[in-house]
Amino acid sequence: MPRDDGIGASVRRKEDFRFVTGQGSYTDDLNRHGQTYAAFVRSPHAHATLNSVNTSAAAAMDGVVAIFTGQDLLDAEVNGLPCGWQVHSKDGEPMVEPAHPALAQGKVRHVGDAVAVVIAETLSQARAAAEAVAVDYGMLPAVGNMTAAKAGKAQIFEEAPNNQCYDWEIGDEAEIDAAMAKATHVVELPLVNNRLIANPIEPRVAIGDYDTATGEHTLFTTSQNPHVIRLLMGAFVLGLPEHKLRVVAPDVGGGFGTKIFHYAEEAIVTWAAAKVRRPIKWTSDRSEAFMSDAHGRDHETVAKLGLDADGKFLALKVQTDANMGAYLSTFAPAVPTYLYATLLAGQYTTPLVYANVRAWFTNTVPVDAYRGAGRPEATYVIEQIVEEAARQIGMDPADLRAKNFISPDAVPYQTPVALEYDSGNYAGTLEMAKKAINYDGFAARQAASKAAGKLRGIGFSAYIEACGIAPSAVVGSLGARAGLYEVANVRVHPTGSVTMHTGTHSHGQGHETTFAQVVAERLGVPIENVDVVHGDTNNIPFGMGTYGSRSLAVGGSALAKALDKVEAKAKKIAAHLMEASDTDVEFKDGQFTIAGTDKSVSFGDVALTAYVPHNFPHDELEPGLEEQAFYDPANFTFPAGCHIAEVEIDPETGTVTLANFVAADDFGNIVNPMIVEGQVHGGIAQGVGQALLEGCVYDEDGQLVTGSYMDYAMPRADNLPNFTVDTQVTPCPHNPLGVKGCGEAGAIAAPAAVMNAVTGAMRAAGVTKPIDMPATPSEVWAALHAS
Amino acid sequence: MYEFNYQKAGSVADAAAKVAGADDGTLMAGGMTLIPTLKQRLAMPSDVVDIGQLADLQGISVAGGKVSIGSMTTHDTVANSADVKGAIPALAVLASGIGDPMVRNRGTMGGSVANNDPAADYPGAVLGLGATVVTDKREIAGDAFFTGMFETALDEGEIITRIDFPVPTKAAYTKFPNPASRYAIVGVFVAQTADGVRVAVTGAGGTAFRATEMEAALNANFSPSALDGISVSSDGLNKDIHASAEYRAHLIGVMAKRAVAACG
Repeated sequence: MPRDDGIGASVRRKEDFRFVTGQGSYTDDLNRHGQTYAAFVRSPHAHATLNSVNTSAAAAMDGVVAIFTGQDLLDAEVNGLPCGWQVHSKDGEPMVEPAHPALAQGKVRHVGDAVAVVIAETLSQARAAAEAVAVDYGMLPAVGNMTAAKAGKAQIFEEAPNNQCYDWEIGDEAEIDAAMAKATHVVELPLVNNRLIANPIEPRVAIGDYDTATGEHTLFTTSQNPHVIRLLMGAFVLGLPEHKLRVVAPDVGGGFGTKIFHYAEEAIVTWAAAKVRRPIKWTSDRSEAFMSDAHGRDHETVAKLGLDADGKFLALKVQTDANMGAYLSTFAPAVPTYLYATLLAGQYTTPLVYANVRAWFTNTVPVDAYRGAGRPEATYVIEQIVEEAARQIGMDPADLRAKNFISPDAVPYQTPVALEYDSGNYAGTLEMAKKAINYDGFAARQAASKAAGKLRGIGFSAYIEACGIAPSAVVGSLGARAGLYEVANVRVHPTGSVTMHTGTHSHGQGHETTFAQVVAERLGVPIENVDVVHGDTNNIPFGMGTYGSRSLAVGGSALAKALDKVEAKAKKIAAHLMEASDTDVEFKDGQFTIAGTDKSVSFGDVALTAYVPHNFPHDELEPGLEEQAFYDPANFTFPAGCHIAEVEIDPETGTVTLANFVAADDFGNIVNPMIVEGQVHGGIAQGVGQALLEGCVYDEDGQLVTGSYMDYAMPRADNLPNFTVDTQVTPCPHNPLGVKGCGEAGAIAAPAAVMNAVTGAMRAAGVTKPIDMPATPSEVWAALHAS
Repeated sequence: MYEFNYQKAGSVADAAAKVAGADDGTLMAGGMTLIPTLKQRLAMPSDVVDIGQLADLQGISVAGGKVSIGSMTTHDTVANSADVKGAIPALAVLASGIGDPMVRNRGTMGGSVANNDPAADYPGAVLGLGATVVTDKREIAGDAFFTGMFETALDEGEIITRIDFPVPTKAAYTKFPNPASRYAIVGVFVAQTADGVRVAVTGAGGTAFRATEMEAALNANFSPSALDGISVSSDGLNKDIHASAEYRAHLIGVMAKRAVAACG
């Protein structure tokens, strides 16, 4: 009988009671004694010289404590924000890596670029004074998109004369061109992966505090990775040693990647708090979030797929332009390269893959990782062109995919683009999904829609992604400036309850439940006796945080290893108590026993003995029962699966209704099926949002047109059907729990599925040119109308 | 938001006096447009005079072939009113589709009509039903009320007290919402009234307007097919990232037909 609170059980989330009863403690809920408030002066222009920043009138206003400008940061030798990943161009040159000052110096480069910060007694006073800071901007032509960047409409950085950040490639272009020339069919497809704004429900907040007695700086921030922020900000920006810098990320209301990065506001409140000797709170409002949170995606791609006469894929060639925005955000260069092009083999045996990626600076908000980060873009390219190929050569899209799948027998499988897939059964999830959506019944459903004057389409997305980042040595060789291991500490208390510390961070994922289930399963203690602690660099060992669907695969593995150590020590203590050899001790359901005897001690007895060591093997063991483990993974994990969308289009209005959506995923072993299902639901919702609703729009002058929810369309419950989700299990062979990441899969798979359904439906109405995301009613109608 | 004096009016006359007496006073009904504008620091009134709770301006009555609705009646009240549902169900349907539950429980009919947002729903009903806007000074015919984008026939400080809607034979409202804001990209209110068919269009232009060619066709034959072949010119219609003028013109035809069909 499995535990009802152990691995595999759909335990209700321990943390949700406090969240749904309004008792969470988010950064903005924290208030420090003597706190002041910061308001930023932000550029209304996309590209301008800063001729002067006059703060004298503002400084004289009521309640103003201090005002700082970019010049003040220069004078104080505060450095710019670092980039955490260096990509090299195909000619071997490192990427262009311009300075990213925390407050603009000399120039502003996007709408929302911070020019000055006003610190005042109240938020209202800070905002009023910020409006009174007189900035003389010298207007420059602005680069609002990549086309303008390439055309050299303006030069954004002196060191990037053509606005290019890098020109990178993977694979052999000559080889791929030769293979393409021999292909029976060559399918070419231009694609745009639309720019998105993450929009976590909680906007970013940062509170800086400085303790004059101890000299300790504290930053409370809405971060997915407090240790990474401490490292980047302490070592690179402010020059503060770790033992005098504490970073706390308490309850965080959603991240989706945009809270990974180190932001200017964090460094400024930390630095300025020590200058003014007062705590400083900055809370982004929603308008500010639109123009200062890192955006996501924004690729323009032309893909070419060569097939032989039987439909076997011979070669895939991809040319992608990626928008970096006005500065390099923390992990931006890695997203369209190592997190993207290395996935372009997909689930297929395509023997040759080549990608050339050019990254461009524009006068827009920096772009960085957003749920899926590179893998949604790769999946979109592969699954769109495969669907298009099926249409062009007249094959069933499921059959064409199945024909080209890497077979389970071929795993581990070395792809032509660096990754080695460790596990998977792609035909298995394809069949699960086909059955779930009743693929055989589609023709009848399509006919019924047609009779009602509607267009119906079905679309596949057979995705694979690499997550659980990452082997430190591998990412280091690819330009990462950090390691990507994880850490766990298991502290067994004298009466047998457990506090577990993790270097990962939960901002919606339910770690407080999932990790506790692993502890409950392994130590046999009830889940209510296990607490999970994260988010405070003073309380937890150095961990890398949560992103890239890594928490369970890497952090959970660290936990499993720490639990191994706890169990090993506990067995020795139990052996001592039972006067036996520890090799004879068995541990199950919280009881230590000796086979063939009736001897037994409980885990609680062992814990108490460890801390009240009256009868204890002191010559062999130290007292106490607390263990820690770091874990550096041997490989990425490779979740994969098949999502199928079915849509109905009203040709009179262009409205796309998502009629059905099914997901068959392989996440390896699953600790909490309910939480996994929730993660998949959320991911699909964001993927559907990208496909049908969300699109960040800049005009030619770099003004943000979609600067509020009046124009930026978020997915809502009534945009979505009930999802049918199911999983198959092929365990990850190289981590102790056999788990893979699940947090990003929905967002990775869904856009291609939805768009393949949309373009399929439109093809039935004679529209052969695929439309771009988001497939809004007006775009769909315009395409139908033009045909 | 900037600081301002908040004043709660005790009566309509008191509200008018308070606004008149302020340096730069503004009336607040439900505040569903004003408060976000204040929060974004896009307005800086010296005084906000709150009339949202005035008892005189609440309530719904049906008499003499008219539904009279107090100007401070919330959208939610209209949407759930048995009187409105019984007399002009299309008006209840319209109210139930405004904003979200929070907005519907704060926002008022008078506030919406006085603001005359080009994408608001109620102007479609006022024009489509040939309603009369009653103020603290006079009665204004619905056809003369909406004068331009965010412009109405109201004088400075003039307060809408109620709106009288003649009960039609049949009516329906169909809206094509903006995917982001869910305001109307195009909303069409069709009513068969004692004085003939009225077709009012909101969302598409600078202000709500009547589609007279459609009215003529429907007066001859009240059926969706009567609108076949009538195309609406896109000249002067709104255009933005969500919809071109041509798309809006097309949607007017689609929504009008659907409204006629919904009239039953």
